[in-house]
Amino acid sequence: MIALALLFGTLRTATPLLLAGLGGMFSERGGVVNIALEGILLVGAFAAAAATAFTGSATIGLMAALFAGMLLALLHAVATLWIGVDQIVSGVALNLLALGLTEFLMWVFFGSGSNSPRLEFDVPSGFLGRVFTELPPLTLFALAAVPLSALLLFRTRFGLRLRSVGEHPEAAASLGINVLRMRLWGVLLSGALAGLGGAFLSLNAHYFVKNMSAGRGFIALAALIFGKWKPWGLLVATLLFGFAEALQGHLHVPWLPVRFVQMLPYLLTMIALVGVIGKSRAPAALGKKL
Amino acid sequence: MKKNWAFGLLARKVGSMSLKRIALAFWEALWPPLSALALTFLVGGGIIAAIGESPMEVFTLLFREGLSSFDGFARVLNDATPLMLTGLSVAYAFRAGYFNIGGEGQLYMGAFAAMLVATALPGAPRLLAIPLAILAAATGGAVWGAIPGFLRARFGVHEVINTIMMNFLAVGITGYLVVHHLKEQGQMIPHTPEIPEAYQLEGFGRSGWGQALGLDSANPLGPSLILALVAVLVVWLIFRRSVEGYRLRVLGLSPQAARYSGISTGWLTVRAMAASGALAGLVGVHEVLLYRHRFLDNFSSGLGFLGIAVALMGRNHPLGVMLAALLFGFLNTGALEIDIFTEVPRELVVVMQALVILFVVSASELASRRAARRRKEKAA
Repeated sequence: MIALALLFGTLRTATPLLLAGLGGMFSERGGVVNIALEGILLVGAFAAAAATAFTGSATIGLMAALFAGMLLALLHAVATLWIGVDQIVSGVALNLLALGLTEFLMWVFFGSGSNSPRLEFDVPSGFLGRVFTELPPLTLFALAAVPLSALLLFRTRFGLRLRSVGEHPEAAASLGINVLRMRLWGVLLSGALAGLGGAFLSLNAHYFVKNMSAGRGFIALAALIFGKWKPWGLLVATLLFGFAEALQGHLHVPWLPVRFVQMLPYLLTMIALVGVIGKSRAPAALGKKL
Repeated sequence: MKKNWAFGLLARKVGSMSLKRIALAFWEALWPPLSALALTFLVGGGIIAAIGESPMEVFTLLFREGLSSFDGFARVLNDATPLMLTGLSVAYAFRAGYFNIGGEGQLYMGAFAAMLVATALPGAPRLLAIPLAILAAATGGAVWGAIPGFLRARFGVHEVINTIMMNFLAVGITGYLVVHHLKEQGQMIPHTPEIPEAYQLEGFGRSGWGQALGLDSANPLGPSLILALVAVLVVWLIFRRSVEGYRLRVLGLSPQAARYSGISTGWLTVRAMAASGALAGLVGVHEVLLYRHRFLDNFSSGLGFLGIAVALMGRNHPLGVMLAALLFGFLNTGALEIDIFTEVPRELVVVMQALVILFVVSASELASRRAARRRKEKAA
């Protein structure tokens, strides 16, 4: 039973990481660094909480998170692709914006600087309800999104074009591919997926707390690098990171302090980048300006 | 990563210009931050109006405390002090073409190292204690900056990713040590015991002359401001008047040119990132020696990240960084005022800080594009 609970716990903790990581994959495969994933998660979590609190419908909450995530991603795209702002700088600014804006709006909407009221929404009863408490729909969606993303990225014309603008934009452009438009799609996809990841945070916890993403966007980025910018690699990485976190929740291992488990993703990523466990290689044009 | 945008037009040679061209260069360097500021206040005003408050009233409040009394202005200076250091840190790495977003982790390591030295050598005489603690803070930050610098130079791993990762490592490691090993006994709050008196710096408000100038005895401004101002001066001297500054600039503008001119770029990268980290680490002096007299787990609320904003706003020029830190100090001090006296949440200030970064980099980008176009036209 404990093993099963641990498995479900792992899948749940991995869900926001996986969604944000897949989002980051589309953005970075297209050549745009997106460290705003952290802010997108936060904005998604808030939008889902606010919309659910006012309508009582988690579905509308999800839509709001999707929309809010894409809006922040659109800002990133406008700043980096059209104006030509450095991608890291834009990401840093958007993370700060997300942090300030969600806390600001939390005061305006909920009259509190720390958390939203409890989010009430209908959950299906009976067997389906029991399944959903263990494996929420967004977890199942995230798991399904892995093979779908692999298909999209490696088996479709869209995926080929997206990868080509991430590897060699000049060559892609000379073949008549609209580089800016492909990159825009990549960034918007990252906003949509990470926004849903954020929705999972607040809807699963049934409330929104300030700075709820708490570095998960950066862990997702770490998982993306650790998984070598590949969907299945990302899945393995997020499951590993999620497992470490879930383990802490279920068993209290005295010799393994929580803070060390929390550091694991970052340490592993640094090691992976140096190339000890097979070098992790970024898309060639990642972060470069056109 | 694009490298040249970070250097303002001021960075170009001013020496042999006529007065008119110097004025033009100043204008070209200043209009992006100024227009970004104007736009930020416009959008901020819109947000304030949208929740039914008066923008003028809120903006007046934002600057009232800092401008109405010397005590208030000293509070602004105090808020600006760590931002000057983290801003300089970012600007220093930028000069060499690197992006250090690890200020947050480096300042944790600096603060922790200062606390460790104070704890390990409690009997040190005051004349030795303070320089020792300053050195420790700089070293702590320098080590944390040098590691991503080394990984960049040796393995080509991008410093942005490693500095982000090392932020979390610094918070995790110091947090673990404080909570499990160094915590003051019988305390719920995870902080270390007070550092020995020889290491403690006092606020100016405690001194006779400070009170004569009108400082409240609880005013937090203290000697760390002097440290920050010295750092501004030293960085300016390094940038403008030293061989090292020249090397940093060559590396920043063209790594290839640096290599072919015989500069050992790998070692220079490590040095630049270490110096950048040391500047951020000096925040530890402000935090541990002056402000808290101890190390508190998880103390920084994004000072390192705000340093990026300060550096961008100040166009990576030491004096610009100083002014930008002052502006951000005003905003942070004013945030409390608008929280108390209006319905506007103080987080408005965070939103405005984020907007000002976006606008200032966009404006600089548009400005450098226009300059490039003009050069092309001239050539044609």
